[in-house]
Amino acid sequence: MECSFALTGKGYVIVAADTTAARSIVKMKTDEDKIKSLSPHLLMAYSGEPGDTVQFAEYVERNIRLYQIRNIYALRPSAAASWIRRSLAESLRSRKPYSVNLLLGGYDTASHEPHLYWIDYLGTMTSVPFGAHGYGSYFALSLLDRYHDPEATLEEGLATLKRCIDEVAKRLVVAPGKYIVKVVDKDGVREVEL
Amino acid sequence: MARRYDSRTTIFSPEGRLYQIEYAMEAISHAGTVIGVLAKDGVVLAAEKKVTGKLLDLSGAKEGGYGGSGEKIYLLNSNVIGGVAGYTADANSLVNYARTAAQRHLLNYNEDIPVELLAQRLCDMKQGYTQYGGLRPFGVSLLYAGYDPHYQFQLYHSDPSGNYSGWKATCIGANNGTAQSLLKQEYKDDIEVKDAIGLVLRIMSKTMDSTTLGSEKLEFAVLTLDSATKQPKAKIYKPAEIDALLQSEGLGKKDEDTEMKAA
Repeated sequence: MECSFALTGKGYVIVAADTTAARSIVKMKTDEDKIKSLSPHLLMAYSGEPGDTVQFAEYVERNIRLYQIRNIYALRPSAAASWIRRSLAESLRSRKPYSVNLLLGGYDTASHEPHLYWIDYLGTMTSVPFGAHGYGSYFALSLLDRYHDPEATLEEGLATLKRCIDEVAKRLVVAPGKYIVKVVDKDGVREVEL
Repeated sequence: MARRYDSRTTIFSPEGRLYQIEYAMEAISHAGTVIGVLAKDGVVLAAEKKVTGKLLDLSGAKEGGYGGSGEKIYLLNSNVIGGVAGYTADANSLVNYARTAAQRHLLNYNEDIPVELLAQRLCDMKQGYTQYGGLRPFGVSLLYAGYDPHYQFQLYHSDPSGNYSGWKATCIGANNGTAQSLLKQEYKDDIEVKDAIGLVLRIMSKTMDSTTLGSEKLEFAVLTLDSATKQPKAKIYKPAEIDALLQSEGLGKKDEDTEMKAA
């Protein structure tokens, strides 16, 4: 089943998501990238109803790009998160709401701080030091609570993430096999190998 | 020749000019002066009030509200102060629009609108009036003194054509040429707010017709950062505070009694 994790550290945010695309009990593929780069300093991991997720992620991606082209500056992570939350909240009150859960990680180039936002399909948004969606969150959150350090280096942060993934692999019946991991910091967005 | 082309804003004259816009700018150059100076740690605005008189009821500006008499200097958002020169009635409608635009940004993005974006929003509207619809453009120039995390303190100017530009120090309204050249001589890149206040008031006293400055002829505002919260702090001075400031800068009215004693 779908799992996504994210955690902040000293000047960076790590975002990880599983890569399985499943329908019913069947795995259709295992190399699906469920983390979108919305701007040079913004990452979004999405999970939920297949189809809704991709549609909504592309809608967000295009709108954030449009803001960047129209105006002089890119949206800051907090502003982007607020806009996305609002879109979800409006969608929830429409005839056919998107059921998409998000982890939004970004690096604010104006204040030089990393930011992470946990957003769900009901339009709940909280700024968090670490977060997770899916069944994996039941195992990962307690580990992150114990091991997360906002001053950790990238290596230490990745080690904490590895603990979460290993624990989920060990305990969860329907654990995903593969993850994609991306990092955003002052240099922008990049993919890393775990 | 001009007469055939100046009754509509939408029509170019054969020399390639839009007369209505030039007339609007002309109207502004008779309006009360507004000076803005960008300092290292803040922005200063000062404006000359033209509508004065013994019988004018100014009690509303003395207390309550957020400062300012509602003639020249307005709070557009918690991070932007606007100074207007031109038709006050036109300005009111633009100020209203600016405040709405700023609140809409707050609603959508949960952050204060960046200063340049607000200037852009107003200029889009002003430009619209040089091309469609109504008979005349807005007869208003604005100075925007603001703060945002992207570029910190900023000062912008916009005119009736919908052009806008960023400035270190600038001036609109009557005598703007004189003030501009004084600013050019006296402005220093690393000026601080307390020096900028003195500079603005000194230039104001030189460009205004009246011999002594006083709260009945002057509006004044400063935008700084709150030292505790690091949030922008907009202060529009109340009449009593302006008089106190002028006194401390040595530009205020002399108290007749003390002069008599000295003599």
